[in-house]
Amino acid sequence: MGKKPFISVNYNDEVAQGNHETVATGRMKGQKPVVEVKNVGILFNLAQNKVDNLKEFVIKWMTKELHFQEFWALRNVTFNVYRGERLGIVGLNGAGKSTLLKVVSGVLKASEGEVKVKGRIAPLLELGAGFDPEYTGRENIYLYGAVLGFSKKFLDSKYDEIVEFSELAKFIDVPLKNYSSGMKARLGFAIATIVEPDVLILDEVLSVGDAKFRKKSMNKIIGMFDKGVTVLFVSHSIDQVLAICDRAILLDKGQLIAEGTAEEIAQMYNDRYLQA
Amino acid sequence: MKTYIANFKKYRFLLWELVKKDIKLKYRRSYLGLIWTLLEPLLTMMVLYIVFSKLYGKSDKTFPFYILTGRLLYTYFSNATKGALTSISDNSGMIKKVYVPKYMYPLSSILSNYIIFLLSLIDLIPVGLLCHVYPTKHLVQIIAPLGLILLMAFGIGMFLATAQVFFRDIEYLWTVALMLIMYCSAIFYSPSRVVKTGYGWIFKLNPLYMVIENFRSCLLYHKRIDFTVFFTALAFSVVMTVLGTWLFYKKQDEFILHI
Repeated sequence: MGKKPFISVNYNDEVAQGNHETVATGRMKGQKPVVEVKNVGILFNLAQNKVDNLKEFVIKWMTKELHFQEFWALRNVTFNVYRGERLGIVGLNGAGKSTLLKVVSGVLKASEGEVKVKGRIAPLLELGAGFDPEYTGRENIYLYGAVLGFSKKFLDSKYDEIVEFSELAKFIDVPLKNYSSGMKARLGFAIATIVEPDVLILDEVLSVGDAKFRKKSMNKIIGMFDKGVTVLFVSHSIDQVLAICDRAILLDKGQLIAEGTAEEIAQMYNDRYLQA
Repeated sequence: MKTYIANFKKYRFLLWELVKKDIKLKYRRSYLGLIWTLLEPLLTMMVLYIVFSKLYGKSDKTFPFYILTGRLLYTYFSNATKGALTSISDNSGMIKKVYVPKYMYPLSSILSNYIIFLLSLIDLIPVGLLCHVYPTKHLVQIIAPLGLILLMAFGIGMFLATAQVFFRDIEYLWTVALMLIMYCSAIFYSPSRVVKTGYGWIFKLNPLYMVIENFRSCLLYHKRIDFTVFFTALAFSVVMTVLGTWLFYKKQDEFILHI
């Protein structure tokens, strides 16, 4: 149903060059995928989004102007990610990368197709999404932790570790609205990464924060790779993708154009978009 | 069904945290803090008493208590439904970034307001003493109206929360509806006056009035709850809850597109 213009490259041992020790991935071991995306499509209705009150709704309904203006943010996207793999997702703005991450992390429901994820997801889509500015750092740790699905007992046991990693001990009882953006990012990151998830989803989040924080967060994430964490990483920085990922997919206007190793996709991205 | 229960268990701590946050932050910046939950109903009651007893010339000694019982229930109903109504749009940031079972938001508002409501019931003690109203064995029945108001607020809250996402005017319409409900619930006047003018049917259609009457039966009139009244209000609440939750469930995947 529909054309599937994508190139798939067989993964083999020689390609796992990266910068780190390779952990034998699930694909190599013949295991089932940790993230399965099958024929996923997301349909937005551009017209209806403009109607948000009763008056307009009734008027448009009566004048029969309530039409459906289809916009497929994603269509026929299919790929699998195996345990231990680090998949980069690249494409231009508007290609559907963030939308894809939202579907995988359960924030958006697919209009078509299905997504299956095995295990705990740590979505670092925006650090501190659960933060309340009036609440102190301490209170926000529990609140954000709860939003991520942690229990009170767990947060109690990890509280000191979180405060230490974020280096915010002096400010932990200050309301969050008085924090700088870097402090908020540090706190959010510390809480979200306190548990090694099965699937780590990163949406351009490593570009936030100062150099010290970026180094610290990169190290923490790289530390997770050695434990076989599966990663989905969206970035505009091809360099970061090459540094972190072993495989990648290229999205263009909601379609999956190619899937292969990080180097191959990086090359394709360059050829496609950066040739003047 | 099992996945919903498992999901609820997983996010049980979150519900508790959201409820705690609502209560903690409600009076955080104010000087008197949580004392306001006790003070505010008393002050409103005094104003209503002064206005309606002196002006109407009522000399009923239990009138302040009468006002307070109605006022406490109405305040809960009003705050809980208003809180649930805006719960989804207020938390749009979170909903767009992280998966959380969405019913947690209106539910936490209903529950946090309920806890504050239960605290405010303390006011009934000093006012009761002043009006010489003392508890009798009929007090036990109070479980019924207290449970019923929670269910009613929940059902209506879920319905409003869903509607508000798609039509932002619901907020304003509901404010007007609440005003209407307040005037039709016999909070600061006796229903007999209205019945005499032939508009008594209003009370037969107002579920909040039914809960208030039941509440007063336990505390003030010292008689058995009128079961017809109770079951009518219960039926209404159950229908609203089923309707509200069903609508919420059906539409929740579309919320993110409208917030």
